[in-house]
Amino acid sequence: MDFNVDKIRRDFPILSQKVHGHPIVYFDNGATTQKPRQVIETVNRYYKEENASIHRGVHFLSERSTETYEKAREKVRKYINAASTNEVIFTSGTTGSINALAFSFGEKHLVPGTEVIISEMEHHSNIVPWQMVCERKGASLKVIPFNIKGELVMAEFKKLLSDKTRIVAVTHISNSLGTINPVREIIRLAHKSGVPVLLDGAQAMPHESIDVQDLDADFYAFSGHKVYGPNGIGVLYGKEKLLYDLPPYQGGGDMVDCVSFERTTYNQLPFKFEAGTMNYIGAAGLAAALDYIGGIGLERIREYERYLLEYATMKLMTVPGLEIYGNAANKISILSFLLDGIHPYDAGMVLDKLGIAVRTGTHCTQPVMDHFKITGTLRASLAFYNTTGEIDRLHAGLHRVREMFG
Amino acid sequence: MNEIQEEIIAEFDVFEDWLDKYNFLIEISNDLPIMDPVYKTNEYLINGCQSKVWLRADLVDGKIRFTADSDAIITKGIVSLLVRVLSERDPEEILDTELVFIDRIGLRQNLSPTRSNGLLSMVKQMKLYALAYKTKMAQQ
Repeated sequence: MDFNVDKIRRDFPILSQKVHGHPIVYFDNGATTQKPRQVIETVNRYYKEENASIHRGVHFLSERSTETYEKAREKVRKYINAASTNEVIFTSGTTGSINALAFSFGEKHLVPGTEVIISEMEHHSNIVPWQMVCERKGASLKVIPFNIKGELVMAEFKKLLSDKTRIVAVTHISNSLGTINPVREIIRLAHKSGVPVLLDGAQAMPHESIDVQDLDADFYAFSGHKVYGPNGIGVLYGKEKLLYDLPPYQGGGDMVDCVSFERTTYNQLPFKFEAGTMNYIGAAGLAAALDYIGGIGLERIREYERYLLEYATMKLMTVPGLEIYGNAANKISILSFLLDGIHPYDAGMVLDKLGIAVRTGTHCTQPVMDHFKITGTLRASLAFYNTTGEIDRLHAGLHRVREMFG
Repeated sequence: MNEIQEEIIAEFDVFEDWLDKYNFLIEISNDLPIMDPVYKTNEYLINGCQSKVWLRADLVDGKIRFTADSDAIITKGIVSLLVRVLSERDPEEILDTELVFIDRIGLRQNLSPTRSNGLLSMVKQMKLYALAYKTKMAQQ
């Protein structure tokens, strides 16, 4: 395969360290990804050479900072192929994006008797904000179930869609099962009923190429830190005509046009949704991350990660008593599994001492665990800097776990 | 009580490798007296998100007897150490004890609030039981 993983690994300083005496195997990419030098240096340089608050001053640094920030917005626009930079709102992350939308959309469109559709495999971040707004507005939440393989039951979705539905909010890719959802079909069906769709793209952004116009997504949310960028920056994409009609989510500086004690008028898009001093350095770091991924090429990344998924799946299946949760035909390199009778916490503790970082627990998707009647899983989520050698180490580690607890 | 802590520290001193320490914790998890399943209810649950710990305290002849269990084995091993140090003591003693052994055998990280295994809450709960019984005894 034409993929020089050794060269790529050299871009990620953190991957060369040892943990408990072992070279680190970082398999917790679903939680957060590591940062390439290019991102670290961008953030570093910003603080050293450019730092000044954006959209405020007339001075040199402030203007330069503003320019960098708006260039980052353009970079994001281009990367997800939004029609305009007015449609790209910077937030603190996916959670921030969804909370903003749920609040704002709820204010405008939810009244008693209306419904919001989510799915059974949502991250808590795409459940709780909707639950909160539904409670406030007297609306109700409807849930699309998933089948034994971890795929959404589309027939049920069709039944849930009605003239009461105001929005469909589903994950593009499941963080605990790895399932790539049939989002085009979901959007097509929702639009047929005149209902807009929000996609939670936190897990999709690092693995799939996203074209919001091609998908015809109405809203799309993602985080910088899961796509090799810095923490504390994220994006809410929204179609301009939909965003235009929504009220602001937070009040403060920068989101206003004129303020008096009698009345405040709001700034235009996208600034209407960006109150306070935004994380402009995070935005620059995110732009650097998108440049970095673009430089490798998402098609090559996808191809390599599919190879890793296949290799890891075959390898893990050879471990006696291991069961994988989430076997969708269409999935990314996320493997959620249990070793029979062994508590994931015990297994995770031992793997940690072998230098292997996996996530244990519910992965913020308790309803998914309830579906399978389990309390949690071990999750290995792989990225393009991972190797088959590292998967072999996980495989050996799991045998060790079995010896200790079996 | 500090003698027991010294004893535990000495037991762990022989292990150089972390996995040997874990193997030892797995072994001593069996030392924990079996908890009657009827007590494995929410009332006695210390929810740590990832692994569950159940804890009960009874006053027997002026001393507190702790019984506990966990669904994760390593956690259960640590629980058994805590019970070994703190059980069958009078409330005053339990309240005064500083649990130095945790640090010394390298298990500090398991008691940090972020480990979400319920152990930190368990230590707090043991002390709260001691305080409750101390107050109760003073009233009698």
